[in-house]
Amino acid sequence: MGLTIEHIQETLKEKFGEAIVNMESPYGMFTFEVPKDLNLKVLQFLYDEPELKFRFLTDICAVHYPDQKGRELAVVYHLHNMTENVRIRMKVFTDIQAPDVYTASSLFSAANWMERETYDFYGVNFLGHPNLKRILNVDEMDYFPMRKEFPMEDQTRRDKDDEMFGRG
Amino acid sequence: MSDIIHHPEHHVKLPEGSIGKQTTTLNLGPTHPATHGVFQNILEVDGERIVSAEQTVGYIHRAFEKIAERRPLYQITPLTDRLNYCSSPINNMGWHMTCEKLLGVQTPKRVDYLRIIIMELARISDHLICNSIVGVDTGAFTGFLYVMQYRELIYEIYEEICGSRLTTNIGRIGGFERNFTPTAFQKLDRFLAEYPGVLKEFIALFERNRIFMERTMGTGAIGAERALNYGFTGPNLRAAGADYDVRVTSPYCSYEDFQFDIPVGTTGDNYDRWLVRNEEMWQSLRIIEQAYEKVKAFTGAEAEIYHADVPEYYLPEKKDVYTKMEALIWHFKIVMGEIDMPKGEVYHAVEGGNGELGFYLISDGGRTPYRLHFRRPCFIYYQAYSELTKGAMLSDAIITMSSLNLIAGELDA
Repeated sequence: MGLTIEHIQETLKEKFGEAIVNMESPYGMFTFEVPKDLNLKVLQFLYDEPELKFRFLTDICAVHYPDQKGRELAVVYHLHNMTENVRIRMKVFTDIQAPDVYTASSLFSAANWMERETYDFYGVNFLGHPNLKRILNVDEMDYFPMRKEFPMEDQTRRDKDDEMFGRG
Repeated sequence: MSDIIHHPEHHVKLPEGSIGKQTTTLNLGPTHPATHGVFQNILEVDGERIVSAEQTVGYIHRAFEKIAERRPLYQITPLTDRLNYCSSPINNMGWHMTCEKLLGVQTPKRVDYLRIIIMELARISDHLICNSIVGVDTGAFTGFLYVMQYRELIYEIYEEICGSRLTTNIGRIGGFERNFTPTAFQKLDRFLAEYPGVLKEFIALFERNRIFMERTMGTGAIGAERALNYGFTGPNLRAAGADYDVRVTSPYCSYEDFQFDIPVGTTGDNYDRWLVRNEEMWQSLRIIEQAYEKVKAFTGAEAEIYHADVPEYYLPEKKDVYTKMEALIWHFKIVMGEIDMPKGEVYHAVEGGNGELGFYLISDGGRTPYRLHFRRPCFIYYQAYSELTKGAMLSDAIITMSSLNLIAGELDA
């Protein structure tokens, strides 16, 4: 277990300087943020660099933060170095008006459907993706249902006539 | 392979003016008895050879991630049941452990060992179904019918502990809702006594069976490099030769206290996947036996512990709610949702029946998760299906599909 969080931090800082921000380690997993136009470069660097070798893509998902103006959508990558058994988390924030992020599908075949799923639910437009279309929802859907502007039914709503369950 | 497909002599000379298309489009699914679940595959076939396959998923998408954003932690457990429903206890336990990681709950050793017994039983039932279905798809129904009795016995053990069989909702944050009953242990004794013989017979039916070997060897193969790039985990990755197992690399639930081996294959084909799953069942039996010994070794008050002391999240026993003030208060607070989670984000992975099952939970300090994402192993590795079946025979593609252990519930979330 030679690969430490400090070492990853230093190597990233050395290569990308001030571009890597918000470094923290919640619950022991090293997490950092990169500008969205650098995501592929950082992923490639993490993949190639002989001391890092983050070559397994565990997961891609998105998160919607409607209150953060200009950086509403976050794309979260979970990467794994299997030989050293270290996991890291990389985040990319983007404006919801132009949610364009470079695809990682040329680097990881696994990213293909993960990105389609992310597009399907959050509308993140992965530039260069070979087949960016909906995957779990119907093709005709014209909105992105996991965004926060589509809340689940409010349990306290009063417009339903439902006396048996105390909300009539 | 590809020169067979494109060889012009393979085709009938078409009369002038015919449509020039040389292949047939075939819809395999969405509801086809051979797909064992709701998947559609749009195949381009040239005779019986597959030129390309396009998978369509999402027929039973139920928006679990969205629903989870409105639910307190303990109400999310039944959603996890419905992911990989062949081994729901593993999903349940994985979810509890994710919550425990976020909340900083330490579980007692006895709880860990009981959980391991349940999780390994679930793994056996999962692999059992998958391997016997591979048998069915190659034309041997006997094995399937025979081992089904022992899946039934596993389900009876679940039933004894949590009251349900398929969608178990087993355990709570911090432990179990009730202690294992003596009947549960009796059934476990019976399982441990009878199952090894059954598994041995099951394996003997197939392992050196000429027909089975011819049908499975060399079909649906993938190398370790490609498998890793495709995000394979679990038995499918191990069959390709990479010894990655979450139980060993990042032990959870006291797996570090146990002795077991990780079986690996070499070719990553259907036969190796089948062999790896069988060997994993033997290893699971080994783990269950060790865990059972450890559980028996507890004495006195320790032998009665079945949950951690976390009153904020663990629903108190009903008789305490009626008689004790404090229990009543906690019960009220939990049910009315007055308890906020700590802020934070956590990723927790467990070794599910078919790979690394991950939970990515973001909490903004409220009552419900801000975001919950499931890393569903079969959603990720099903992408490789078109690569696995390219140039294969149609009948082999069916076996490849069942030997990947695809579970529609997990695929579509």
